[in-house]
Amino acid sequence: MTTTMPDVALPPVDFSYVPAREGDRVIQFREALREAMSEEMRRDQRMFLIGEEVAEYNGAYKVSQGMLDEFGPKRIIDSPISENGFAGLGIAAAMYGLRPIIEFMSWSFSLVAADQILNNAPKMLYMSGGQWGCPIVFRGNDGAGGQLGSTHSWCVEGLFSNVPGVKIAIPSNPYDAKGLLKTALRDPDPVFFLESERMLGDKAHVPAEEYYIPFGLAHRHREGSDCTLVSFGRPVHFCLDAATELAGEGIECDVLDMRTIRPLDIDSIIASVQKTGRVVVVDQSWPFASVASEVMAQICERCFDWLDHQPVRVNTADVPTPYSKVLEAAYLPNKGRIIEAVKKTLGR
Amino acid sequence: MTGRGAHSGIYWDMPRKTAYEAKIEYLQILDEHGNLDKTLAKDTLTDEEVLSLFESMVIYRHLDEVAFKLQRSGRMGTYPQNKGQEAAALGTAFAAKKGVDFLVPCYRENAALFLHGLPPHYILLHWMGDERGNQIPQGVNCTPLSIPIGTQMLHAAGIAWAYKIRKEPRCVLTYFGDGATSEGDFHEAMNFASTQQAPCVFICQNNQWAISVPREIQMNSETVAQKAIAYGMPGIQVDGNDLFAVYKASREALDRARAGGGPSFIEGVTYRLADHTTADDAKRYRDPKEVEAWIGKDPVIRHRKYLESKGLWNAEKQAATDERAKKIVSEIVKAAEGIEKPLVTDIFNYTFAGELPAELKRQRDTMQTHSLGQDPSQVGLQQGAAMH
Ligand SMILES: Cc1ncc(C[n+]2csc(CCOP(=O)(O)OP(=O)(O)O)c2C)c(N)n1
Ligand SMILES: [Mg+2]
Repeated sequence: MTTTMPDVALPPVDFSYVPAREGDRVIQFREALREAMSEEMRRDQRMFLIGEEVAEYNGAYKVSQGMLDEFGPKRIIDSPISENGFAGLGIAAAMYGLRPIIEFMSWSFSLVAADQILNNAPKMLYMSGGQWGCPIVFRGNDGAGGQLGSTHSWCVEGLFSNVPGVKIAIPSNPYDAKGLLKTALRDPDPVFFLESERMLGDKAHVPAEEYYIPFGLAHRHREGSDCTLVSFGRPVHFCLDAATELAGEGIECDVLDMRTIRPLDIDSIIASVQKTGRVVVVDQSWPFASVASEVMAQICERCFDWLDHQPVRVNTADVPTPYSKVLEAAYLPNKGRIIEAVKKTLGR
Repeated sequence: MTGRGAHSGIYWDMPRKTAYEAKIEYLQILDEHGNLDKTLAKDTLTDEEVLSLFESMVIYRHLDEVAFKLQRSGRMGTYPQNKGQEAAALGTAFAAKKGVDFLVPCYRENAALFLHGLPPHYILLHWMGDERGNQIPQGVNCTPLSIPIGTQMLHAAGIAWAYKIRKEPRCVLTYFGDGATSEGDFHEAMNFASTQQAPCVFICQNNQWAISVPREIQMNSETVAQKAIAYGMPGIQVDGNDLFAVYKASREALDRARAGGGPSFIEGVTYRLADHTTADDAKRYRDPKEVEAWIGKDPVIRHRKYLESKGLWNAEKQAATDERAKKIVSEIVKAAEGIEKPLVTDIFNYTFAGELPAELKRQRDTMQTHSLGQDPSQVGLQQGAAMH
C-alpha cells in the first residue's frame, strides 16, 4: 500500500538531444530557469514554488519574475524568513503527492534548514521502507565570487554530495540550466539544484522546443588529447578560458562539464583520461573531502595504469571565503591556476 | 471564550476557566509632533542627554547617506541603510553601560555600536568587504555584524547566561528585525534566556518590512512583543522613533535583568525609510503614501521639533551641526579608505586560533590552491616566495 497520492499522468520525458544551436533564441540563465519552472508548472498542477521573496518581489534575483501573475498566490508563495519551516513543509507536501520547488535565496541559508534537507528529505523513502517518496527540488544560489563574505558564499556541493539519497545538479550555462531543471522537476527523488548568482545574467542560445537533459551525463565542451579538465558549475568557464589559451601554446584539453555531481558521470571521465593520460579537476569548493577528491579517488581506482601524471585538483584555499575582493580572488580557482596545473601534468 | 477558537456546539459550550491572560502595553512619550508627555518623561533623559543623542542622530544620518553614495559610486559594496531607525538604536544602547554591558547586533543599528565605542569607519570597512572592520577593538563590547538572519540571538542568550553564572552584574542587548522572529533560532534563544533567567534584552526593530515582505504577511500576531508572553518574559511595544520611550523601556529591562529578574523583550515600532539595501528598490513594492506617513514620524524631525520648542535648538545650531557632521563623516570615510590593502596571505591567518596545520602552511607559502601547491618542491617556489 502506498500512502502518497496517485501520480498524475504526465507525458513521458523525452531525453532526445535538442542542441543549443545558433539561430535559436538567446536568453539569460535566470530566464532559462524560469521557463523550466513555468513549463512544468503549466503541465503539473501539483507543482508550486515557495521561498523568501519569490512572489511579490519576483525573486531576490528575479528568477521567478512574472510567475506570481501567471500562477497566482496559491502556487507562488512568499514565505516568512523560516528556511527550516518551508523546507520541512515542502517535504511533507512532497510526501503526500505535491511537487514543491523550494527556493533558498542562497544555499548559504539552507544551513539553518540542515536537518530537513539532509536528515529528512533524502532518508524519507529509506526509512519508510519505500512508502514515502520525496519528489522535491531545492534550488538557489551557490558559490563565492560576489564578495558576499564567508557566511554568504557557500559552495554546498562539497558538503552535501556526501549524503546518499540526494541528486545534485550544477549547470554552467543557460541551456543546461533549463534542461536539467526540467529533469529535476520530473524526478521522483529530492534534487538539490545549484545556481550561481554570478551567472544568472549570462546569455546563451536556448531552443524554443521543449527538451530535457538527463542526469549523470557529462557534456564535452571541447576536445583534446593532451589533458582532461573536469569541472562543474561556474568554474567550467575558467576551464574553457584556460583551454583556449593553452591551445595557443599547442596544448589541447578535453573539457568535461559534469552537469550533475550526483549522479556523477565517472565513465565519461575515465574514457577521457584513458585518452589523455592526464587530468586536472577544477572545483570551486574546499579541497578536503571535496567532489574533486572523490573524482580523483575514482580515477585512481579505475584507471590508475593509464595515468602519465598524478591527478591534480584546483580548489579554493582551505579557509573560510574571504570578503575582500583581493583576498577572494586569491582564494578562488582561476584561469591562471588551471593553466599552471595543466602544464605541470605535462611536465612544462 | 472569544477569538478564533470560539465555535458553537456541545464541546465548545463546556464551562471553562481562564488559564492565562496577558496584555501588551504600548509606550510613547514624545509624539511625532515633538510633544512630550511630561509625567511619563520623568526620570528619563536630561536635556543635555537629548541634545547629545540628537546630535549623534544627525551625524549618523549623514554617515548613512554618505555610505549610500559610496556604494553608488562603486567605492563600497552592498549597504543596508539605517535611515529612520536611529532613535531605536541610540535609545536602547544609551540605557546600557558602555564597557560593561554587551551588544549583539544584526546589521541595522550602527549608532548603537558607535555609542559603545566602535569606531564608525569599522562599519564602512565591513561593507567595503574588508574583514578588518570586524576586528572589534579591545574594550568595545560587541560581536561583529551578523548576516545569517537570527543566528546571533542565541549568542546573546549564551553570553547573558555566562554573566549570570559568573554573577557579573552585566547585561546583553541583542538586536534583530521583525522578519528575524520567524526563524527558529529566535524562539530557541527566547526560551533559553527565559528558562535560564539570563540578563538579556531582546530588541526587535520592527521596521515593518523584511525586504519586500510586510509585517502582516511575515506573522499573524497583532504585535511582535506578544511573542514574549509565550516564553514567560515581560514584553513591551514602544514607539521606536521616540528616544524617551525607547530609553525608558530599555532602562527598565536592564535594571530588571541586572537585579536578577531575567530577560525582557522590547518591540520598537519604527520604519525603514530607505531601501532594504543598496541592491533593492523599495518603490516597487511599497505604497508611497505609507512612506510619506512615516517620513512624518522621522525621529530626526520630531526630536528637533522638541528641542526647538524648549529653546534648546535653532537654525544656526542645526547649520553648525550639519557642518560638523560633514567634517566628521569625511574623516570617517578617509579612515576607511586610507587603510592599506590586505596581504593575500591574510586569508590563512584567521582560520585557526592554534598553530596553522602543516598543509595550510604549505598553501600559504606557495599561495597555490591546486593540489600540487601542497608541496612547494613541485611548484618550484621557495618557501614564502609568493607571500607579498
Ligand atoms: C538565514 C537567512 N535567511 C535569509 C537571509 C536573507 N535576508 C537578508 S535580510 C532579510 C530580511 C530581514 O528582515 P528583518 O529581520 O525584518 O530585518 P530588516 O532587514 O528589516 O532590518 C533576509 C530575508 C539571510 N541573510 N539569512
Ligand atoms: Mg524588518
